[in-house]
Amino acid sequence: MIDSVERAGQTPDEPQPYAELGMKADEYDRVRAILGRRPTSSELAIYSVMWSEHCSYKSSKVHLRQFGTKAPKSDALLVGMGENAGVVDIGDGWAATFKIESHNHPSYVEPHQGAATGVGGIVRDIMSMGARPIAVMDSLRFGALDAPDTRRVLPGVVEGISSYGNCLGLPNIGGEVVFDPCYLGNPLVNALCVGLLRKDQIKLATAPGPGNKVVLFGARTGPDGIGGASVLASATFEDESHAKRPAVQVGDPFMEKLLIECCLELFEADVVVGIQDLGAAGVSCATTELAAKGTGGMRVDLGLVPLRDPSLLPEEILMSESQERMMAVVTPEDIDAFMAICARWDVPATVIGEVTDTGRLVMTWKDEVIVDIPPGTAADEGPVYERPFHEPAGQAALNADDAARLPRPADLRATLLQLLGSANLASKEWVTSQYDRYVRGNTVLAMPADAGVLRVGEVMPGAEQTDRGLALATDGNGRYARLDPYAGAQLALAEAYRNVAVTGARPLAVTNCLNFGSPEDPEVMWQFAEAVRGLADACKTLGVPVTGGNVSFYNQTGSTAIHPTPVVGVLGVLDDVRRRVPHGFTAPGLKIVLLGDTGEEFGGSEWAHVAHGHLGGLPPVVDLEAERALATVLAEAAGRGLAEGSHDVSDGGLAVALAEATLARGVGATVRLPLEDAFTALFSESTARALVTVRPEAFEELAELCARHEVPCYGLGTTGGTALTVEDVLEVPVDELRAVQEAPLPAVFGA
Amino acid sequence: MGAARVGVVTFPGTLDDQDAARAVRHAGGEAVPLWHADHDLRGVDAVFLPGGFSYGDYLRCGAISRFAPLMEELIPAARAGLPVLGTCNGFQILCEAHLLPGALTRNQGLHYVCRDQRVRVENATTAWTADYAPGQELLLPVKHGEGRYVADAATIAALESGGQVVFRYLGANPNGSINDIAGISNEAGNVVGLMPHPEHAVEELTGAPSVDGRGFFTSILKRFVNL
Repeated sequence: MIDSVERAGQTPDEPQPYAELGMKADEYDRVRAILGRRPTSSELAIYSVMWSEHCSYKSSKVHLRQFGTKAPKSDALLVGMGENAGVVDIGDGWAATFKIESHNHPSYVEPHQGAATGVGGIVRDIMSMGARPIAVMDSLRFGALDAPDTRRVLPGVVEGISSYGNCLGLPNIGGEVVFDPCYLGNPLVNALCVGLLRKDQIKLATAPGPGNKVVLFGARTGPDGIGGASVLASATFEDESHAKRPAVQVGDPFMEKLLIECCLELFEADVVVGIQDLGAAGVSCATTELAAKGTGGMRVDLGLVPLRDPSLLPEEILMSESQERMMAVVTPEDIDAFMAICARWDVPATVIGEVTDTGRLVMTWKDEVIVDIPPGTAADEGPVYERPFHEPAGQAALNADDAARLPRPADLRATLLQLLGSANLASKEWVTSQYDRYVRGNTVLAMPADAGVLRVGEVMPGAEQTDRGLALATDGNGRYARLDPYAGAQLALAEAYRNVAVTGARPLAVTNCLNFGSPEDPEVMWQFAEAVRGLADACKTLGVPVTGGNVSFYNQTGSTAIHPTPVVGVLGVLDDVRRRVPHGFTAPGLKIVLLGDTGEEFGGSEWAHVAHGHLGGLPPVVDLEAERALATVLAEAAGRGLAEGSHDVSDGGLAVALAEATLARGVGATVRLPLEDAFTALFSESTARALVTVRPEAFEELAELCARHEVPCYGLGTTGGTALTVEDVLEVPVDELRAVQEAPLPAVFGA
Repeated sequence: MGAARVGVVTFPGTLDDQDAARAVRHAGGEAVPLWHADHDLRGVDAVFLPGGFSYGDYLRCGAISRFAPLMEELIPAARAGLPVLGTCNGFQILCEAHLLPGALTRNQGLHYVCRDQRVRVENATTAWTADYAPGQELLLPVKHGEGRYVADAATIAALESGGQVVFRYLGANPNGSINDIAGISNEAGNVVGLMPHPEHAVEELTGAPSVDGRGFFTSILKRFVNL
C-alpha cells in the first residue's frame, strides 16, 4: 500500500517509526507542524536523513558560525562555506576548489568499501563545483600499530583508497598516517580532494528556471547504504556494529572515472544550469537542496529513477546512498546535447522531473503524490541545538601532569632511533607506495614531502599560460588537542600552514575535518567548542579563511571518545611552480640552517608518548605571528631561488627532522646544536621552526632576510657524507637510519 | 616532412593518455588522440596505448578493451609493421590482443606498487628503444597491481633467445615477473610492451626524479624522420 499524501491526511494517528530512523520526538512533532499533518513515510525518510547530525550539523552549527563571523578579509575567496566545496582564486584566471571529509564509521565497519567510497564522495563534491578533480590526499588514524584489529582495518582502508583512487586516475600526493590506541575502535579516514576550474566556470547546487529538466545520471540506484549517513555517522558504535554492514555503500571507481570525464565535457559544452552530487542522503538531499536554492519548486516522478533492484520502495530510493550518481538541472533546449555527451561516455542519464515555481517539492510514485513539502524546511531549516558543554572533570589534573617531570635519556642516539622506529615517525611507504602519485603528470612534490605540490599549467586545456602551482598539506595532532583543544586546533593549522610554506608557497585558504566524540557528552562538546574557537581565531590571525569542511561526531566506542582530532588542510599557491623548494637534503656541500627558536616543550610530544607512554601537561606554545613571519621568509627565499631544500620541524623535534631530511635522498649531514641542552635542542617540539639548506655563499642573504622579518636563524652545519652527525652528541649512518625507519610497518603488515 | 604523428588511444578508464600525449609533444612529435569506439587510426605513424584501468579492469585487465572497434584496426596494422607501444594497461591489452605473448597477473605481493624502479635496456634495436644504448640503466616509475609477467617455459626461452626481452628490472623485482622481465617485444620489434611508465619520466619538474623516459619518444620520432 502506498503511503500517499492523501492517505496521510486520512490517517493522522498512524504510528510512525521516527525513533528507528534516528529522529527525536520533538523533531517529529516539528515535521508535523510544518506539514500541518503527519508526514508520509517518504517524507519521514527525507526529514530523518536531512535532519540527521551528519546532514544538518544541528549540534555544530552554532559554533561553526565563527568561521564566518571571524573570517579574515580575503580577496582570494570566491565561494565560501555552505556550498559543496569552497573556491579560491589562484590567479591568472584560475581557481582551485578543495575540501576534506570524513568516512570514519563506514571504514571501521567495512574498511575497503568504507575508505573507497570516502574518496568517491569527496571527488564528486569537487566535480559538482564545475572543477576537474586533480589530486587527493588522505589523513588516516588507526589504533596501535601492533593491535590485532589494526591489521584488519589498516590494510583494508589502504587498499580501498588505492583501488578506488588509482582507478580514478587522481594522484595521491600526501596526507597522514597516525597510530594511537584511542582510535582502535574508531579509526579516522578523512579524504581530501582538490580541483581546478576557470574562475568564470564555477557551478552551484541550484535549480532555477521553471520548466528546466532534472536529470539523474551515473550509476543506477540500489539498496546499498540505505540510511548510511544518518545511521552510521550519527550514532555511537556499540558491540553489534557489524550488524550495520549492509549500511555501507559499495563503490565503482570505473563509473566515477566516466562521470568525471562526462561532467567535464558537460561543463565545457555549457549545458548545465545547476548540479549536485548524490552523497549522504542520496536523492533526498540532492532534490531538497537543489530545489531550496533555486526557484523553490520541483516535481519528481520517483518511478523514473533507474534501479539496480526493481523491488526498492520509494522510501528506500529516497534514502539509498548508492555511489557514483549526480543530479543536474538542464534547460529543455540543451537536454539533447546533455544526453548525447552522457551517451558518448556510456553514462546512463534519465530525466526524472522538472523545476517548478510552486515552492513545493512534489514527488509521485505510481501516479500518487507521496511527497509534498517546502524543500527549504528539510534542507536548511533543520533543528539547531545549543548543546551544553563544560570542561572535562580531569582536564586540570591532566594539564598539571607536566612532561618536564619525566626522566630524560642519557643516550640520545638510542632515543633518536627509538623515535624513528616508532609507529608515528616510521616510514609510511608501505601505505603510500600503494597510491599512484604520478598519474596526469603534474605532480611536482608528493609524500614524504611536507606538502604535495602540483603544476597548474598542464592540468587542462587553456591553462598553458600560467606558471602557478598549488601546494596542499593536512595535519592534526590528537594528543595536543586532548591537552588543550583550543591550542590543539591552532597547532594543526600552524603545522599545515608551515608545511605548505616550506615548499615556497603562500598559504591561502583552509578546509577542516573536525573529528570528535558524542556531542551529547558535555565534555566532548567543550572540546569541540574550544577547537572551533581556536581554529577560527587562528585563521583570522593568519589571514586564511575556512572555505568549508566537515564535522564528524560520535567517534567513540561505548562511552570512551577518541582524542579530539581537528584535521586541518591548507591550500597554498606558488606564483612560479618551478621555484618550489624540494624536500630534505638534496646535495652535499649545502649549509643547513634552522629557522625559529627552541624551548623546553615536551607536553604531548612524540618523545613523551614513545619513551614514557605519557600524555600530560600543555602542548607547545602557539605563536602565530612567528608562523606568519617564518612563512614569509620561506616564500621569499624560494622566490629568490635561495633555498635548495627544506623540511618542517615538528613531531619528534629537530633530531627527527634532520634524520628525515637525510633520508630524502640519502645525503648525510654534520651539524652542531644551537643549545647547550642537547636533549631539548634535539627532541623539543617547539613550533614555528623549519630547516632550510642554502649554498654557502647564499647564507648571508638568507640571514638578512630572516633578520628583516625577525625570524631567528642558526647555521647548524653542512650536508654531505653518509651519516647524520650531531657533533659531540651522536652519529648514525644514513643506512642505519633508513633501516630503522622502514622496518615497523612491513614488520606488521608484510613486505 | 612534418613531425611524426603518434596516436594516443583513449579507452573508457584510460588514465595516462594526457601524459603520453605530452611526452610525444615534448619530444617534438604530434600527438593524435584516438578514440576506442572509432574504426579509424587517422593515418598515424605509430600508436601509444597508455596506462590506466580500461573498463575498470573488470573481468581481466585489458580483456574487454581488446574487442574495441579501434583494436580491430590496430591489430592488423601492428601485424603489418605499425610501431605500437603499450605501457602498463597498454601492455596488458597487447597481451590480451595476442600481439605479444604471455600474460600479466596479480603482483606477487598482492598489492598495488608505485615506486621509482631501475630497469635495464636489454634490446636497443626495437622501434621504441633505438635511441638507448644496449645495457643502459634507466629509472622509470612503475605503478600497477597486475604486472607480474608470466608465460610458459617455451615462450620464455624463445623470448630470451630471440632478443625479445627488451627491459629487465634491476634491484628488487616489484611484481615477481619471470626472469625479472619488465618489457618485451614481438619478433619484428615494432610492438613493445612494458610495465614501467616512460611518460612519467620526461620532465625535470614533474613525475619521477629522472628524464630517462625520453628515449622512447625520441626513438620513435627519429625513426620517422630518418625513413
